[in-house]
Order: sequence, then C-alpha cells, then structure tokens
Amino acid sequence: MQWEPVIGLEVHVQLATKSKIFSGASPAFGGAPNAQACPVDLGLPGVLPVLNAEAVRMAVMFGLAINATIYPYSIFDRKNYFYPDLPKGYQISQFDHPIVGPGTLTIQMENGDTHIIRITRAHLEEDAGKSLHTAYAGMTGIDLNRTGTPLLEVVSEPDLRSPAQAVAYFKQLHALVRYLKICDGNLAEGSMRCDANVSVRPLGATELGERSEIKNINSFRFVEKAIQFEIERQIDILESGGKVKRDTRLYDSERNETRSMRSKELSDDYRYFPDPDLLPVRLTLEFIAAVKASLPELPQARKARFTTELKLSDYDAAWLTNDPAVADYFEAVLATAHDAKLTANWIMGDASAALHRDDLEWTDCPVPATELGQLIARINDNTISSKLAKTVFEALWTKEGTVDEIIDARGLRQLSDSGALRGIIEKIMMDNPDQVAQYRAGKDRVLGFFVGQVMKATQGKANPGQVNELLLDSLKREKGSEE
Amino acid sequence: MNEFATIGELARGLRQGDYSSVELIRHYLARIDANSTLNTFITVAEDEALNAAASADQAFERGEAGPLTGIPLAHKDIFCTQGIATTCGSRILENWIAPYDATVVDRLAHAGAVLLGKTNMDEFAMGSSNENSYFGAALNPWDSSRVPGGSSGGSAAAVAAGLTPVATGTDTGGSIRQPAAFCGVAGIKPTYGRVSRYGMAAFASSLDQAGVFGHDAQDLAVVLSIMSGFDPRDSTSSDRADSWLTGVSESGLKPNDEGLTIGLPSEYFKDLNEGATLLQAAAKEFENAGCRLTQISLPHTDAAIPAYYIIAGAEASTNLARYDGVHFGYRCENPKSLEDLYQRSRSEGFGIEVKRRILTGTYALSVGYFDAYYLKAQKLRRLIQQDFLSAFEEVDLILAPTTPGVAFHTGDLTDDPVAMYQQDIFTIPASLAGLPALSLPCGFTGGLPIGMQLIGPHFSERRLLETSALYQQNTDWHQRHPEVA
Repeated sequence: MQWEPVIGLEVHVQLATKSKIFSGASPAFGGAPNAQACPVDLGLPGVLPVLNAEAVRMAVMFGLAINATIYPYSIFDRKNYFYPDLPKGYQISQFDHPIVGPGTLTIQMENGDTHIIRITRAHLEEDAGKSLHTAYAGMTGIDLNRTGTPLLEVVSEPDLRSPAQAVAYFKQLHALVRYLKICDGNLAEGSMRCDANVSVRPLGATELGERSEIKNINSFRFVEKAIQFEIERQIDILESGGKVKRDTRLYDSERNETRSMRSKELSDDYRYFPDPDLLPVRLTLEFIAAVKASLPELPQARKARFTTELKLSDYDAAWLTNDPAVADYFEAVLATAHDAKLTANWIMGDASAALHRDDLEWTDCPVPATELGQLIARINDNTISSKLAKTVFEALWTKEGTVDEIIDARGLRQLSDSGALRGIIEKIMMDNPDQVAQYRAGKDRVLGFFVGQVMKATQGKANPGQVNELLLDSLKREKGSEE
Repeated sequence: MNEFATIGELARGLRQGDYSSVELIRHYLARIDANSTLNTFITVAEDEALNAAASADQAFERGEAGPLTGIPLAHKDIFCTQGIATTCGSRILENWIAPYDATVVDRLAHAGAVLLGKTNMDEFAMGSSNENSYFGAALNPWDSSRVPGGSSGGSAAAVAAGLTPVATGTDTGGSIRQPAAFCGVAGIKPTYGRVSRYGMAAFASSLDQAGVFGHDAQDLAVVLSIMSGFDPRDSTSSDRADSWLTGVSESGLKPNDEGLTIGLPSEYFKDLNEGATLLQAAAKEFENAGCRLTQISLPHTDAAIPAYYIIAGAEASTNLARYDGVHFGYRCENPKSLEDLYQRSRSEGFGIEVKRRILTGTYALSVGYFDAYYLKAQKLRRLIQQDFLSAFEEVDLILAPTTPGVAFHTGDLTDDPVAMYQQDIFTIPASLAGLPALSLPCGFTGGLPIGMQLIGPHFSERRLLETSALYQQNTDWHQRHPEVA
C-alpha cells in the first residue's frame, strides 16, 4: 500500500525582547543558574505578571507577515500543571483567544514546487525553566533563568506531506522571524523549538490517521530525521496489522529514533481559565496599522526582487535571501560592485567560505561591504584579474587596507599593456617551439599551456582575456607567416 | 495616653512632643505583650519597630515628618515584608521570609509608618472566624470565647483592643468588613483596583483587595490615601488619581451634607434578627442628618455565595499551586519521589479549609465541569454586578447589615463549612461586583458590637468615608472599647 504522511508543526519562537514577557528580568541566554530570575519569575507569594508590550508588538508583526487575522481582543489563560521547573504551578499562555489567527506561509522545495501551508494560530506564552539532572548526584537542579522568556507558539495545520516539506516550512519560519528581527534564530540555544505531529494514512484517504507528537526538536536536520523515523515506524505498525497509539514522543538524535514519553490516551486536563492577574489585550486598528507600516521587506518579496530585477537564478536568490544578514550584506556590496551575478558568486563562494573557516557570523564579516564591492568593481574594470582578486580578498580579511591600497602596495595591478604582453608572448613562443608546433598541428588545448606561461612570467598580473586574444593572434600569425 | 487614640491624635502628640515615636512604639509593644492571649499577632517585629521609630524621631528633628511619621501600624500577615516572616497563617509558609516588600508595605513605610508586626489570619485568608490559622485563632477582645471574625481577624482584634491604632487587612468576600463588625471597629474594602495587590499573597485574584481597619473614618481615609494608587507592578490596579484622596490627610474628611439617597436592599433585611433594630436606628440617624432612605432590591443576592465559592475556589486552586515543596516553604521529610514530595508537602502544609477550597476549585475548572460551574458562576457574577449598577441609578449609597449577627462562639461553626460560608452572605455581593464597601460599628447586642455596611459605586470611597464621618459625628459607637489588659 502507498502511505501518505500528514504532518503539522508547532514551533516555539523565542521573542528577542530585552526583558521577559511578564517581568523585568533579562531573558539573555547563558547566565549563571537562577541569576536572571526575579521574584516574579520565581513565582513567589504576592508577585504579579505585567505584560511586556514589546512581545505583543512582535506577535502582531509576525501575524501581519503571514497575512493572518490579528485579533483586537486576546486573553491570557493559566495552563495548570505541576512540574519542578514551573514555579507557579501554571504557565501563562493563550488558549481560546490567541493574539494571531489563521494565516499562511508559502514554502518552496528544491525542485521549485511551492506549497501554501496554513497556519492555524500563533499565541504568546511564557517559557518554563530547566531541570538539570546531571549536575548533582542523586538530585535535580532547577535553573529558572529561562522562566518567563517570551515565546510565540506558531501552530500549523496538518498541511505538510513529507519530512522535506516540514524542514522547508521550519526554515521558512526561521528566515521570516529573523527578517522581522523578532527572534535571533539561534537553534542551538533553543531560540526556535519544534514539536511535530505526525500521522500516516493510505494515499488518497481523507480521514487522518492516529498521530503521535514528537517534542522539542531543535535543528533542521533532526526535524527531517525524526519525522522520517516516525513515518517509517508508523507504517511498520500499520503494515503489520497494528494500530498507532496516540502518544507524545522524544527524538533521540544519537540513536536516530523516537521514544514514547507518555501515552496520551488519557488527555491531560490543564484546567485552562483566564488569568485574573492580567487584563485582556486590546489592540487598536491604529496600532495594528502602525506595526504593518513598520514591516520590513519579507524573504519571499526579496527573493522575487532578486530574480526579477537582478536576474539571479532561483537558487542564488534563495541562498542569498534566506538569512537577512546575508541579503543585507549582498545588497550593500552590490551598491558598489554593480554586478549582481559576480557579487552573488563572491558572497556564496569566497566570503561564505572564509566566514565558515573563521567561525564568524555575517554581521561580523571583517571585510566591509563597500570594499568587497570595490574589489568586484576592480575586476570588472580590468584593474586586477579574478585570480589575484582572491589575494586581495584575503588581504582585506586581515585588514591590510583598502582594495586600491592593497593592489598598489602588492603591485597586483593587471598588466594590460599589449606591447609588453606581445613581447612576453613572443619570447615564450620562441622558448617553446614544440608546443607551438603542437598547436599548429591542431592541438588547441596547448593554448592553456601558453596562458599559464604568460601568467607565470607576469606573476599572474596579465589580463587573462587580453592574453588569450593576443596569444591566438600571435599563434595564428606565426602559422600564417610560415604558409 | 489614650489606648484607643486615632492616628490623628497620635500624630498631634508626636508633633507637639508629648512623646517620642520610640516611646509611642514601646507603649504599643507593651500592650501587644500584655494582651498576647488574644493571639492577634503572628510575628511582633520589636527590633525593627524600635529602629523605625528612632528614624521617625530623627525625621521629626529634621522637620521632615509626614502624615504617618512615627505612627504605629500592623500588617495582616499576607503582605510580604522584606526580612520579616510572612506566613499567611499557614504551616506551608511557617518559616518563609519574603525578599521584597509588598507595594502597600512599601508605601506606608515610605510615609513613615512604623510596623509593629504581622497579624493573625485564617490560612491564606480563607475563613470567617480566624480558626483556620495554623498559629491558633485570634480571640475577640469583647469576649474571648468568641471569634474575632475572619480572615483579617487579627488586625480587627488588634485595633479593637488598642494594640495598634490602625492595621491593614485584605478582603476577598468580606475579610475586612466581617471582622470589623465582630470587633466593633471601622474597616474599608476599597474598589477592586484601588490598591495594588503586588506583594499580597493571592487567594482569589479577581476579588482580593487590600484595605484598612481603624476607629474612625478619618483614619481610614488617611491610611487609604497612602496605600492607594496605580502600581506598574499590578496590571489590575487603577490609574485614577483622585485629588481628594491624595489631599485628605491635610484637609481632613468633611462629613457629607449632600442629602444623599440611601438604599436599603430588602434581600439583606428580610431574615435579619440580631441587630435589625440597630440597623434601623442607624438608618434613622442618616435620615435625621438629611439623607433620604429608600427600599431597593438586589434580586440576585442569593446567587452570591455559590458563585463566590466557585470563582474564589477556582482562582485559589491555581494561585496556591506554587506551594509545592519545591522552591520555597514547607517540604515534607524524605520524599520518595517527585509525586510523593508534592503530595505530602501539600497535604502536611495546608490546613483542612484550604484543601477543601483547592479541591472544589480544581473540580470547578476541570474538563466537563468548567461550563456548568466556572462559566455559570461568572454569569451570576455579572448579574450581581448588574443588580448594583441598576440600584446606583436610583441611590447614592446602599446601607446594609455587615453580618447576620454578632460574633459567634469559637468552635460553633467549625464542623459546618456551609453555615460558616453563610456568614459572608452580606459582604460577598459587593466583592463580586468589585465595589467599595465599609463596615462601621452601629450599636451593641448583649455587649457585643454590631456592624453596618455602606456600599457605594465604583471609586466612590470619598462618598463612603464622608458619609461615615457624618454618622460618626452624630454617634459615639466608635468610641466604645472593650476592657482589655
């Protein structure tokens, strides 16, 4: 039987606010345990939550970016359960009345296919703390620094049909929240975490199969692998005549398998009810309009602009627009370089490789965009060869000076004096009569040998196009003069 | 020194140099000690009080004294006080010391008031008799075989016995007004949102409101003026700035002479036995002072108690989830597992009434029962609010009994929680509606005080207090005091 996977994702996006969602403490990652937990985060007797307006603004931004309904009236509820990393015994979340209603996100697959994925809702909530099971022998430590970190939980419809689509969706969300600057997108630090609801059904069926939920997947690769594993596990069960049990599972990346955490046959009763400590959130149309006006160009619009206006390929445009920092750098380089394709090649090639080599972010790139732009411009105006441009780039990387200073200081200016080049070519031809004969006998490949010799004689400074032209001319003339 | 002096009188004494603040505080500390059998205080903060009094005396010397500088007061043990135990009357917080001050505590301390200690209360403010305190019940100074009321019974009894001139309390369904009536003192529960709840351990967040006990309306107004006002730490606090309130300590409260229309709700009087004639006499007093009396109806009064116990229980069940033995407070010995730690810490840490309300509240919020209980209770709450709003289209204030009768004997109602809940029948409706209400002594039955309740529209504290001042100008019930040590 042919099986069809049906996948929905719930993605927790950690909002990049300066303070927590209901307290003034910092949500920054990595502090000493409990150093960033104030009485409100600790849930001490008498404390009260106060909503961070910035978290609301960010949620609205996200909603507008996915063309979602923004509800002018939303409510915070208490989700009640006991757990040591949940100091109040309830999590403040949104249940019946989320801030963001239905919207859509378009994903593009590598083969160019696009799919519109429906987003059911997005709601604000506070994160819980962390239990540290390994730090103390026989005991569990509780770190409440993460408690109260603002999260936007983005819930998709079960519209995804393959692990690859799920990854594409997760990546598209990742790009979007970084464009909106509402999340730092740092998956390793848990800034985006994903729960996947997975079921399978016979291809063509309309009813959904029983699903399992895989919790807390925090990398693109693991989303793909965990879902793939889960699909296969469920198909195995169904094909051997069994039934999939509804449960909550954890993905073990070391063993590449999912394991049941708890059965969901008895559904949890979280006793949701409106938090009486918080007023309903009321948004005016003016506020929503002002947030809308502040939206930056979004990834898909930018990509479309790169393919239509800059004539870049789909692949290049996608590569460059995925991360707003890359796209910003690209456009800044382009402003000086005036050559989109060459700029794209430099960024996707040398610049990307060098950053990767030195483990740097695009925003920390040591080569200013104007200099890389100037370098590309110097290639195009024949001041330097593409080959020597790489040398200039490395010198820019170590901050030896500006492009023009480096070219002059290192004497890298391209040799374009045709008289001088002719002299060099003639000498090389004289020194290598065998190769000249071979060329004449029709071995065109020997041209490469001559180019190499000229470059060697000029320390790479000769203009390669000009060298080619002059060599062809000289070799032909030699040929002609003998005839 | 008059043991039952108002803070107005004490402030005058301090200003005139009749006594220093240190002398005044020593006097009250000695009175607390002499009357320790009343069990009105859970913690007496002697050292802190004397230090604060010394600072107050220095402020007088520098000429920097404010309206409350050097004035003693007590806080109900539900307000967090940095460095001084805050127990909420519970074993689960027996040794807990808050690392911060409640907004109410902070504002009163900044105004120069000197904290004598923390008063006894029903555990987590759940109770009408003080018998639910883990530290033993406070006793009624008029008759120590009787309860002082609850939950703020310690504060009411301490003011009545002259152990402090004023004390704070909290009122969720009558926890200020009922003990005020039982102890023969004045007590006001302001409009929900008038006073910040930050630092007040939560019982039922949508109902809890801090207030104050004292002997006369002027004292209530002065303390309230300092406690009140918007607090950025409490989203439900009101940002109103009423100029009369901020100026009341200088200008004094003017007895109301507007010839108000006062409504008498028939539902509150129909079964009233004890105190009915005293209430009628009080009404007559207002009529003699130029007010107009009229009968009104608040038809949904009967729904108040069931609605209240659903809503307050539901909120309490989650507000008290934080007392789990993990982060702070009582933890059971040798927990075998996480589950065991939760179960035994809470079973051993909470008293019976708290557990009863957590269980009923949990039930009311559960899947399958939420609509039938919680949602229905919220609908009833709106009907009760609507009753009052309609009434206030006709009348300026409502006059009603505070309690069904005088203070009952210790132990009388402990086996009958429903009968205990009925004690709050006249105070709960105003709580559900978020209205300001106060109780004033209006006479005695068999040597025990009876209270009358004035209920006003939202944020009408001025009218309530000025009307109280009018009554107290013409009567002297508030100047009768029990015989204490």
